[in-house]
Amino acid sequence: MRAWLLNPNAKRVLIALCFVPFTLYVYKALSDGLGPNPAEALIRGTGDWSIRLLCVVLLVTPLRVLTNTPALIRMRRIIGLSVFAYATLHLLCYCGFDMEFEWDDIVKDIIKRPFILVGFLGWFFLSLMALSSNNFAIKGMGVKRWQQLHQLVYAVAVTAVIHFYWMKSAKHNYKEVMLYAAILGSLLLWRLLRALKARLQSN
Amino acid sequence: MWIKSSETNEQDRLANEVTPRVLFESRRSVLKSLALSGAGLSLATSGANDAIAQSAQSAQSAPSAPAKLSPLIGAHSSVPGAYVMDKSTTYADASSYNNYYEFGTDKSDPVKNAHTLKTTPWSVQVEGLVKKPMKITLEDLLKLHPMEERIYRMRCVEGWSMVIPWVGYSLSELVNKVEPLGNAKFVEFVSLADPKTMPFVGSGILDWPYTEGLRLDEAMHPLTLLSFGMYGEVLPNQSGAPVRLVVPWKYGFKSAKSIVKIRFVEKMPATAWNKAAANEYGFYSNVNPSVDHPRWSQATERRIGEDGLFAKKRKTLMFNGYEQQVGQLYAGMDLQKNF
Repeated sequence: MRAWLLNPNAKRVLIALCFVPFTLYVYKALSDGLGPNPAEALIRGTGDWSIRLLCVVLLVTPLRVLTNTPALIRMRRIIGLSVFAYATLHLLCYCGFDMEFEWDDIVKDIIKRPFILVGFLGWFFLSLMALSSNNFAIKGMGVKRWQQLHQLVYAVAVTAVIHFYWMKSAKHNYKEVMLYAAILGSLLLWRLLRALKARLQSN
Repeated sequence: MWIKSSETNEQDRLANEVTPRVLFESRRSVLKSLALSGAGLSLATSGANDAIAQSAQSAQSAPSAPAKLSPLIGAHSSVPGAYVMDKSTTYADASSYNNYYEFGTDKSDPVKNAHTLKTTPWSVQVEGLVKKPMKITLEDLLKLHPMEERIYRMRCVEGWSMVIPWVGYSLSELVNKVEPLGNAKFVEFVSLADPKTMPFVGSGILDWPYTEGLRLDEAMHPLTLLSFGMYGEVLPNQSGAPVRLVVPWKYGFKSAKSIVKIRFVEKMPATAWNKAAANEYGFYSNVNPSVDHPRWSQATERRIGEDGLFAKKRKTLMFNGYEQQVGQLYAGMDLQKNF
């Protein structure tokens, strides 16, 4: 497994995997397979995959540490950029299908509705991280500042859950939200405990 | 309460959505012959059934159902506003994209889960501030008044819409039978809540049973339909069989499904969604493009099935396009406050 992770093809396989949901949605959209409300299906589907991949990318470090598999870190950037890609598609679907690219209305909507604002904020944080997801940026910023910037991912997790929660509150159906909140919460908790432990040990 | 509408205005408004006269006439003749043969309500033999389905399909602007359920044909309605001439939503979409929380919260859930609903025997308890309270069986309800066809817009509070050919009669026919007392001001509708057949009853999503309500004058409006069928057939379970309300100028959730109790009361009744989120779902919940839902705009809507993925959304009409018929019910009311 570890040897395989170092194989250059491993990254290619991962990239292909990240494209699977996108490809499926394109296929469904072209073959009339998105059900009675295709716009809604696309907006929700891209949102679902954003938060799912966010869970996956936050799983990389715990998995790397717990299984002592340093090679996993090579996969993190690809998954992180995929989160941004799906979140961008999600935002574009909202702008296009819900708001029909009426930019004035979109700006008003983002400011007016906390549910949209929080989602947009999450996407904005992701965009800062995506823009700096290259070796050039790491060198330019310095590792420390780069790491600080990329701690924004925790803010993204929080905004994603709030955004999803507010969206689902229309239906009073929080099961799915709670599932993602539990997953993201435990991934954040693990980091918190690890940081506390590190601090105690260094004292 | 009968709202007198100017016939010419009505025709002007519908001018661009009118069914070609030939089709209109032929529909009438089909219905007439049906009425003559007495087939309007009874279950026809399968041969006649096919003939009905075929002629109905060729005559109506509305697509008919795939003839899986018992036919239920309505005669032409003379109620102003009874016919929206927009293209009807396909039966496949109208019967597979539903909000019926007793059977699940996804709109694809009810069609999968509602087969457990038992619609026979069925009766509706009519009680409260009326001279003649009664428990009326479905059979008697079906015979209470001749069935009419009504092609209504259906606007969901979530921002999508359909056009559905319902079969039923004005709720006022039933209301008149039970003779409301002078102090009856509101009507409360209670839906079935059977945890054995409805998997989501008991979940914390809503306070079961589902209840809805109308002001008495809203309930008496001829457009307010007590519906037993759609697309020339009895209602499929997921659409609220065997008897439901259809209030076309209000958001869809006001139209209670699978009704077991109708209660006449003096005070405004608590309604399921209002109890769940009073700031989002008002008692009136009239379709109103200028009153936004707290989390989205109600100015536009997506017509299910008809508009392609890249088609523009339609502008939502005041009172869902029934302003001429129902506007007077709300004269002088602040609709921003009484949303």
